[in-house]
Amino acid sequence: MTDCLTIENLHANVAQKPVLNGLSLRIGLGEVHAIMGPNGAGKSSLSQLLAGKADYEVTAGSVNYLGRDLLGLSIEERACAGLFLGFQYPIEIPGVSNVYLLKAALNARRKQRGLPEVDAFDFLTLVKQHTSRMKMDEAFLHRGVNEGFSGGEKKRNEILQMLVLEPTLALLDETDSGLDIDALKVVAQGVNYARSPERSIVLVTHYQRLLDYIVPDYVHVLANGKIVRSGDASLARELEAKGYDWVLES
Amino acid sequence: MSDQTLDSVIAKRYEHGFITDIESDTLPPGLDEHVIRTISQKKGEPQFLLDFRLKAFAKWKTMTEPHWAALDYAPIDYQAISYYSAPKVKTDGPKSLDDVDPKLLATYEKLGVPLHERARLAGVAVDAVFDSVSVATTFKDRLSKAGVVFCPFSEAVKTHPELLERYLGSVVPIGDNFFAALNSAVFTDGSFVYIPKGVRCPMELSTYFRINAANTGQFERTLIIADEGANVSYLEGCTAPMRDENQLHAAVVELIAERDASIKYSTVQNWYPGDENGVGGIYNFVTKRGECRGERSKISWTQVETGSAITWKYPSCVLKGDDSVGEFYSVAVANHHQQADTGTKMIHLGQRTKSTIVSKGIAAGKASQSYRGLVTIAKSAHGARNFTQCDSLLMGEHAAAHTYPVVDVKNTSATVEHEASTSKIGEDQLFYCQQRGLSAEDATNLIVNGFCKNVFNELPMEFAVEAQNLLAVTLEGSVG
Repeated sequence: MTDCLTIENLHANVAQKPVLNGLSLRIGLGEVHAIMGPNGAGKSSLSQLLAGKADYEVTAGSVNYLGRDLLGLSIEERACAGLFLGFQYPIEIPGVSNVYLLKAALNARRKQRGLPEVDAFDFLTLVKQHTSRMKMDEAFLHRGVNEGFSGGEKKRNEILQMLVLEPTLALLDETDSGLDIDALKVVAQGVNYARSPERSIVLVTHYQRLLDYIVPDYVHVLANGKIVRSGDASLARELEAKGYDWVLES
Repeated sequence: MSDQTLDSVIAKRYEHGFITDIESDTLPPGLDEHVIRTISQKKGEPQFLLDFRLKAFAKWKTMTEPHWAALDYAPIDYQAISYYSAPKVKTDGPKSLDDVDPKLLATYEKLGVPLHERARLAGVAVDAVFDSVSVATTFKDRLSKAGVVFCPFSEAVKTHPELLERYLGSVVPIGDNFFAALNSAVFTDGSFVYIPKGVRCPMELSTYFRINAANTGQFERTLIIADEGANVSYLEGCTAPMRDENQLHAAVVELIAERDASIKYSTVQNWYPGDENGVGGIYNFVTKRGECRGERSKISWTQVETGSAITWKYPSCVLKGDDSVGEFYSVAVANHHQQADTGTKMIHLGQRTKSTIVSKGIAAGKASQSYRGLVTIAKSAHGARNFTQCDSLLMGEHAAAHTYPVVDVKNTSATVEHEASTSKIGEDQLFYCQQRGLSAEDATNLIVNGFCKNVFNELPMEFAVEAQNLLAVTLEGSVG
């Protein structure tokens, strides 16, 4: 299988404090991975670092993304190369409509690939299709980005963006947190719809609950800034039954 | 996004910084009674106007420059300024565009304000004021068919002296403040608009101000009268060359709305702001005030202030007529060393008068941006309402925003609401947009435009686009 992302021995600090300590991980194209772990294990750090947030200082190791040195790319270059981060806490941008940001984002990617701007009619058709898939009202599109959205609406909006932008690698950071069971199902449905041999998905999550609806190919346990155990979907169930201490002690 | 990155997106060059090499008739620097008499004589003014000037000058000499605003600048030497500069013309003055110096026309062309025939397609009537005099007014015929008077102030002196005598100084009295008194003494030109009873002005009116000559001040005077039931939308744009010395601009704008009349006044102010080290730039001390004299009249100010080294400006409404409405929508941007102290006054006198204030301040670089507002509800203003929303956006670590709202209510039936917020352009917001594929600059523009959206919505379409572009230029280099 083609490699999508290969992380080798990654060490990183935030404000001189180590958050990743020799993390290695290989994600093949088309695979769905779940990264689980206790609070403070470095799960969110990993996804933010991969997306290019400036707060992280990489002290050792390498990250290869589709044959390129990911760490050498700017935030927007990574995005335009097909890396998508679903935010744990999606950001509000008052006055900028959802649909405007979506279009700007899609066109930025198209421009990078040498494609012309998306046709207005095609774009709206595409967006409306995914909006209904995410069980969102179309009025959503014209509201300010995440402005006054409930927690559940924000998370659904992240998945909507992912569906429209069609990334090659989607990192979904705690996409399940703060969701009631109905919203969780909708989000899971959206992610399952996005599964494709051309797309890798990384679910970063604290709870096994999400994995009842999105069954991953691989499950990893992240603790103290590195992967301490990997397995298949059954590992998540084992964690649910025995707790993280079981992994950390063994 | 790191601070360093933030610092590197605010710094495109000022686009309108060129100088037009043109022969001009300029008075030597200095101000005394003789200068005022000379200006009045050059303009061929009637006695009442000369008296108006001399009275204002006498008043001005007793006044001192105000320093209550949050502005910091070296003292202005009023004797070092030339109070009159006009492009030299071979005859008495241009009768039509054909008589205008081609260099001048080229200047406006360069500024994107074409005065030629083809400009007529745009459907906006333009009065162009170059240094101290109006050089061309377009669409005169079509306007006069509708009964609309739109001409240079100096022409109105000759054609409509009775209107001037009646209205000039009736909203901003000569002794209103230091800069208004100075303007009243030495003003040179500007625009005059009169919309007769029941007339809806058939097109947007626009004045384009340009300071060109060195060491001159620009003191224009604008007077807009909307008679009963009349309706007009007026736009003003301003630019100046890049010069190392500061130049003074002290204008006075008076608006009068009679019963059921409505005036919409929009400004895109882009005077030269000085360089990134704070050298040069226009000192913009402007008094703008409108009076809603009649019942159900309405005055709406919309301003986008991106230029000038210093901005001191508080477009205000005096709501005299019952059920009259005053509005103020403002975007003020200050970058590098720019200082802006701007806001509004809403004076409620009539019953059920209503005012809305929406102020958006943006400060980047080392700039300082202040909102100063006064809402007065007089005892007579039964059932008056005011809504104020005042938001500040900071970019980078060194910018400052201040808000000084004053509310003075003397009638207990009034409703006054005030909302305020200050936010930093979030590194999280930038990161979010960049993660979606936008460059730091595009992300900044997106966020800033979103912040200003409900003010831009008030601008006429063409101006809204220009305003967005200006904002992008002003803030270029402030994030990155």
